[in-house]
Amino acid sequence: MSDIDGQTQDRQIPDKAVFLPLAQFQQFLELVQQRYKIIGPVVKDEAIQYQPINDIHALTRGIRVEQNPGQYSLEASDNNLFFAWSNGAQALKPLLFSPKESLWQAQRDEQGRLGFVALTAKPTATAVIGVRACDLAALALQDQHFLEKAQPDPQYQARRQALFLIGVDCTHPANTCFCAATHDGPALQTGFDIALSELAEGFLLRPGSRQGRALLAQLDLAPATATQQKTATQAIQRAADMQQRCLPEDNSHQQLYNQAEHPHWQAIAERCLACGNCTMVCPTCFCYSAHTETALDGGNATQVRQWDSCFSHGHSNLHGHPVRADIKSRYRQWLSHKLTGWLEQFGKSGCVGCGRCITWCPVGIDLTAEAQHLTQPGESV
Amino acid sequence: MSPFHVPSEAIILERIQESPNIFTLRLQFADNTQAFKFMPGQFNMLYLYGVGEVAISIVSDPLDDHFFAHTIRVVGRTTEGLSKLKARDCVGIRGPFGRGWPMLEAEGKDLLLVTGGLGCAPLVSVIEYIMRRREQFAHVDILQGVKHADDMIWRKRYAQWAQAPDVNVLLTADLPDHVNWPGDLKGNVVQLFKRLDLRPDNSLAMLCGPELMMKAAITELQQHNMSDDNIWLSLERNMHCGIGQCGHCQMGEKFVCKDGPVFAYPEISANFHLDSI
Ligand SMILES: Cc1cc2nc3c(=O)[nH]c(=O)nc-3n(C[C@H](O)[C@H](O)[C@H](O)COP(=O)(O)OP(=O)(O)OC[C@H]3O[C@@H](n4cnc5c(N)ncnc54)[C@H](O)[C@@H]3O)c2cc1C
Ligand code: SF4
Ligand code: SF4
Ligand code: FES
Repeated sequence: MSDIDGQTQDRQIPDKAVFLPLAQFQQFLELVQQRYKIIGPVVKDEAIQYQPINDIHALTRGIRVEQNPGQYSLEASDNNLFFAWSNGAQALKPLLFSPKESLWQAQRDEQGRLGFVALTAKPTATAVIGVRACDLAALALQDQHFLEKAQPDPQYQARRQALFLIGVDCTHPANTCFCAATHDGPALQTGFDIALSELAEGFLLRPGSRQGRALLAQLDLAPATATQQKTATQAIQRAADMQQRCLPEDNSHQQLYNQAEHPHWQAIAERCLACGNCTMVCPTCFCYSAHTETALDGGNATQVRQWDSCFSHGHSNLHGHPVRADIKSRYRQWLSHKLTGWLEQFGKSGCVGCGRCITWCPVGIDLTAEAQHLTQPGESV
Repeated sequence: MSPFHVPSEAIILERIQESPNIFTLRLQFADNTQAFKFMPGQFNMLYLYGVGEVAISIVSDPLDDHFFAHTIRVVGRTTEGLSKLKARDCVGIRGPFGRGWPMLEAEGKDLLLVTGGLGCAPLVSVIEYIMRRREQFAHVDILQGVKHADDMIWRKRYAQWAQAPDVNVLLTADLPDHVNWPGDLKGNVVQLFKRLDLRPDNSLAMLCGPELMMKAAITELQQHNMSDDNIWLSLERNMHCGIGQCGHCQMGEKFVCKDGPVFAYPEISANFHLDSI
């Protein structure tokens, strides 16, 4: 299982990659399965989704993903690779920070006395295969948000400790991907237990944690050849070079609060539907709201949290009125927080370049274009 | 079980009606073996069984560490439900949360306490704190503005405070001329500033109330040569967690629940002036 300390302490010398022939991929999966329930990318409802799988035939294969602002479609690919596509709408976030979950239960007895019970998640050990660099970068931020504090979040912590991560280097980014510009991908950097690089004839595997190393040791694989290493590196380089989008290169987007009165916010607001899709698919967004659900017999009540969005009407309610009443102020909150607020809160931008918010925006608003526009010098304010 | 994630049962010792829609609950934890440590300006999340949680400031004194009190205005579902509770009824409590007032920094200084509306709740705890430790602070000005005469709760306490040595209490209400009002003045609380004899070099201001009032007060204080470092204010935002996690309370890059709710003005001045922030 992931052991954040183990990863840093154990990795004085980078591990040499080993080669897993395609014919042994199923065996590798079965080895993982001995200890973990496996979740991997499958095609479902015309999209790539992370679902429980039992063998390699359930995995995505020979497909690619076409992503553009407001558009997502699966196409047949000209190769037979498993992972020659970029991300789907969700990856790790819902596995750790559940879209809806119970926090605690209150019980009331006949005298009106109250008892409270924590309802901490009891997850089974789970391995996720096919995790991308952008999602590991987002995971590191969510770890910081939910765990790196005096009182770590019990639900998130329980799930996090049960997670084993098998990442894959990206070779086929979507049009919407810009992880190279945010320095979060397309190559896996840290945060994985095992990293895969996919080649036509198999996979290069390298461990990123003690647990990953122990698992690989059971396989008795030959070291990767220099040619294989070179092919893998070149594929990643090509993936980086293919990416078109970027945030303003002078880092001016890191001071978006200074542009709070920019007229362009209004222009965005005229297109934005405030549907909140961007916040739902964004792997770093963490807002939730809490409410009480009462049992029909009235004997107990459960406190439940559910993903919320800074685009929702009630998010900023204060004394009966939202602080951010219009779409303009909500979009401004979202983008300024993501690109600027996170720097102070977490020491890093909240955008890992996954491009999901561009793809899943029904009207195709592209944050990279908006950030360029908002920070362009000479714009009349 | 973390007292910040899961509520603990607290029993109502006493319920006091302060005005038609404001009441105070004096509470004690059912498991009262450990002292409840907090500072003025901090808040709890109060849970009403089957309904939900609301953020409410602690108004009692930290020295009374085996009971605590909340003063609550009825504005909606949860506060309405809480208002119907009586002595011996139970609620859930998570807390205390946030950063309170800078009481150490305030020592030896003239204090200017400015409140509006029920903004007085977070400041009442400070006033009580000061009164019990009167010798630790220099001159004290208390300026309270209200919207309705009904809001002028704790009238007796204001009168009591005014009796303390070197304490100046000024009350004002935003009321039409024809409404009878026993306070010092009608109008905005900021208008009271001209009646003060401020020593900007050795003063510390604490503001609490509607943001428009606080913005006006800050401008006025700056004109009186108060340095921004000595202006402190308590902010309010929608809150669901209290621990910097749910994201609701953000103002600019601050989580009001954990970075505040009390801030030194320079900590938030970059964004505080913005509309809808
Ligand atoms: C740090 C902090 C300290 C507070 N201290 C006190 C106090 O000492 N005494 C007191 O009476 N009130 C205090 N409040 C305000 C109190 O939390 C709200 O009045 C309460 O949440 C309203 O809940 P409700 O269910 O009764 O109303 P709801 O039915 O939820 O709503 C009533 C109206 O109040 C608004 N509201 C909802 N949540 C909040 C919120 N967190 N803050 C403000 N308005 C909200 C809603 O938008 C709605 O229109 C404090 C708030 C904060 C953030
Ligand atoms: S802001 Fe958009 S591109 Fe950036 S991490 Fe979130 S979803 Fe991905
Ligand atoms: S953003 Fe980068 S790491 Fe993420 S899917 Fe696209 S190419 Fe892969
Ligand atoms: S109240 Fe949840 S983050 Fe502040």
